[in-house]
Amino acid sequence: MSTTEKATHQEQIAARVKAIESLMIEKGLMTTAAVDRLAEIYENEVGPQLGAKVVAKAWTDPDFKKRLLENASTACAEMGIGGLQGEDMVAVENTDDLHHVIVCTLCSCYPWPVMGLPPNWYKEPAYRARVVREPRKVLSEEFGLDVPDSVEVRVWDSSSEMRYWVLPQRPAGTDGFTEEQLAALVTRESMIGVAYAKQP
Amino acid sequence: MNGIHDLGGRDGLGAVAPPESEPVWKAEWEKHAHTFFPLAFKAGMFGVDQFRFGMELIPPVHYLTSPYYEHWVDSVAYHGERTGFWTAEEIEKRYQHYLSNPDEPLPPDQDPDGELIAFLNAAIPAGVPAGRDTGKAAKFSVGDTVTVTSDAPRGHTRKASYIRGRTGVVVLAHGEMIYPDTAGNNQGEAPEHVYTVQFTNEELWGAEAAEPNGTVTFDVWEPYIRPAA
Repeated sequence: MSTTEKATHQEQIAARVKAIESLMIEKGLMTTAAVDRLAEIYENEVGPQLGAKVVAKAWTDPDFKKRLLENASTACAEMGIGGLQGEDMVAVENTDDLHHVIVCTLCSCYPWPVMGLPPNWYKEPAYRARVVREPRKVLSEEFGLDVPDSVEVRVWDSSSEMRYWVLPQRPAGTDGFTEEQLAALVTRESMIGVAYAKQP
Repeated sequence: MNGIHDLGGRDGLGAVAPPESEPVWKAEWEKHAHTFFPLAFKAGMFGVDQFRFGMELIPPVHYLTSPYYEHWVDSVAYHGERTGFWTAEEIEKRYQHYLSNPDEPLPPDQDPDGELIAFLNAAIPAGVPAGRDTGKAAKFSVGDTVTVTSDAPRGHTRKASYIRGRTGVVVLAHGEMIYPDTAGNNQGEAPEHVYTVQFTNEELWGAEAAEPNGTVTFDVWEPYIRPAA
């Protein structure tokens, strides 16, 4: 690239990342193989399908649900789910009277082991700023979710290493569904609290 | 610090506008930027609190307008320099080089025993717990009414502006965890008890502006709170 051409911001960042990565590789601190492995983990192995399995089990197994609400980390560990950025998890249960929603106003904290990496909107300023101040408006205007005034909206701001996530309500009309059929109704958004679980 | 990162309750930031769908990584460089985090941690450049403080030091306009993973790149660059892994001049020289030669490959991998991949495979499922147990007694219990102190530290803290001076009720007690106000400022773990405090919307925003029937919970370390007057 000649100096008369102006690099795009993406080109500038890519060059800066290469600058740092080349230094780390030369010092034996990083490899491109490690990049491929990390991408594999968060593209194909760790994602919201894991949280969906946990929710479906809680919907069908009252004893498991009790353990999940008492200590989400140990309950998830029973299913082989846990780890980085979810060392200390708390599942909060939506009911007819209470709707939970999670945020990290100070950065982007999110329970990776059950939900994978957060969507960009969760990490960006608008959601972080607004959802603690006008959660009903954000849910309604941005996500099409109208929570009645009779239902308390409780926002969980993840300021510590505790990681909160939402156990959504089981949709009506799902009697007799298998855990697999139920898990298909659980979305990432329903575990953040910006949506209900899908209707069958 | 009273930085722009402390976003809770700020107005005027526009729409959330969630897209229908998006890939995990929006560009190839984002995968590499993400991998910096566990591997620079492994190399000893920072702990998670220091990593966050590195992002809080980003100039405000840049913080609000840059792609998310660029925040990570900025923090890694800062801490690598702080801990002596490189100089700003070294980064700048290589940056100019790769800007002029964007297709030049990176240097060859040097990890014959696969130690770095083994680290990722072990650390991601195991995590890096922040819980500690020094045996210190907790000063507060679930049900206590507490007020957040109004001190505004200039270094790293997790005491957001919008809860300072506000009064709420302790709803969960989590035991001792690494204290960000020391750990994030390169002063060690100094664990403190952590509690979840619940505030009403009216307490946070005033009766006129608050939405009805709502609360916010926020996690505080013991030094952040006092018994309510």
